[in-house]
Amino acid sequence: MMETTNILYIGKHLEILATVVRLINSNNNWNGVGAMNDEVAKEIFQKRDFSIVLLGSGIQRESETNLCSFFKIRKPNIIIVQHYGGGSGLLKSEILLALECNRN
Amino acid sequence: MENKDSTKEEVITNYILHKANTRGHANHGWLESYHTFSFANYHNPERMNFGVLRVLNDDRVNQGMGFGKHPHDDMEIISIPLEGDLEHQDSMGNTTVIKEGDIQVMSAGTGIFHSEYNKNKDQLVKFLQIWIYPNQKNVTPRYDQITLDLKDRHNKLQQILSPNPEDAGVWIHQDAWFHIGKLDNGFSTSYQLKKAGNGIYAFVLKGDFTIGTIALNERDGLGIWDTNEITITANSADAEILLMEVPMKL
Repeated sequence: MMETTNILYIGKHLEILATVVRLINSNNNWNGVGAMNDEVAKEIFQKRDFSIVLLGSGIQRESETNLCSFFKIRKPNIIIVQHYGGGSGLLKSEILLALECNRN
Repeated sequence: MENKDSTKEEVITNYILHKANTRGHANHGWLESYHTFSFANYHNPERMNFGVLRVLNDDRVNQGMGFGKHPHDDMEIISIPLEGDLEHQDSMGNTTVIKEGDIQVMSAGTGIFHSEYNKNKDQLVKFLQIWIYPNQKNVTPRYDQITLDLKDRHNKLQQILSPNPEDAGVWIHQDAWFHIGKLDNGFSTSYQLKKAGNGIYAFVLKGDFTIGTIALNERDGLGIWDTNEITITANSADAEILLMEVPMKL
């Protein structure tokens, strides 16, 4: 049985967040959680062992820098990926590519 | 652009050829789609993108069917209908129909929802869906569509997209330029790239072409980089090609 990959999605658009998390969770081997703001994202990150963080839309540059730094300090091998497109089109490829890069 | 002497062979060294039959394929019944690059359930690490060109889907949608309401963000999405009528609705209040000869663009930016349906009761709708990574995130969502004059692509390259709102065609948030040419058999023309560092991805809509010394057939794709100019020759009647000049780096 494959190990479950925990994925944290951060984005400011509620409906897109709900869609992306639902799409992640439609894969039996992935477990997705969403956060709409930095503080919630940081809080959730410390409670679960995430492998991937997906950065969605609406995150300002300063906030992104701050979040990445926070995640890297707590888990240096965390994979942080920019998510583009806001739907199913690129999501699977982004996650699979991130996992492949991590293995190599 | 001119009818060039094509007797001198142009050797292209930096290129990637995607033959039509090597594309990803998905058949959902109502939708048949060929993916030049990884998309949805088609994942090929060797086929992720060409520069900022991330998605090139060749879609056929059954009568009355289509893509229900779904979201997008941070992407420049271009639709080019090839046959039939496509009905568009979005969260910005647009309800429109696009048809062959039109081009539609959406800057998804901070987030939009839209649907696309085949409006026809009696024929397939065929269209290209193209996604370009934007050069800035979190832009205000926008929608546009225009009707192009099909005569302006006969034996010349008609600009259909650029980064400039004042320029011909639609515009996007990226230093990209798209052209379509419909060339007579044997006609040659050249394309000069507009920005240093950009590459060009050619996609054959109809017929056969040669670019440099590389032969292309219907729905083949050819990406070329580190070049300033390419020469395109049609090898069949009414051959039609889409050229997408894009930055090679995000």
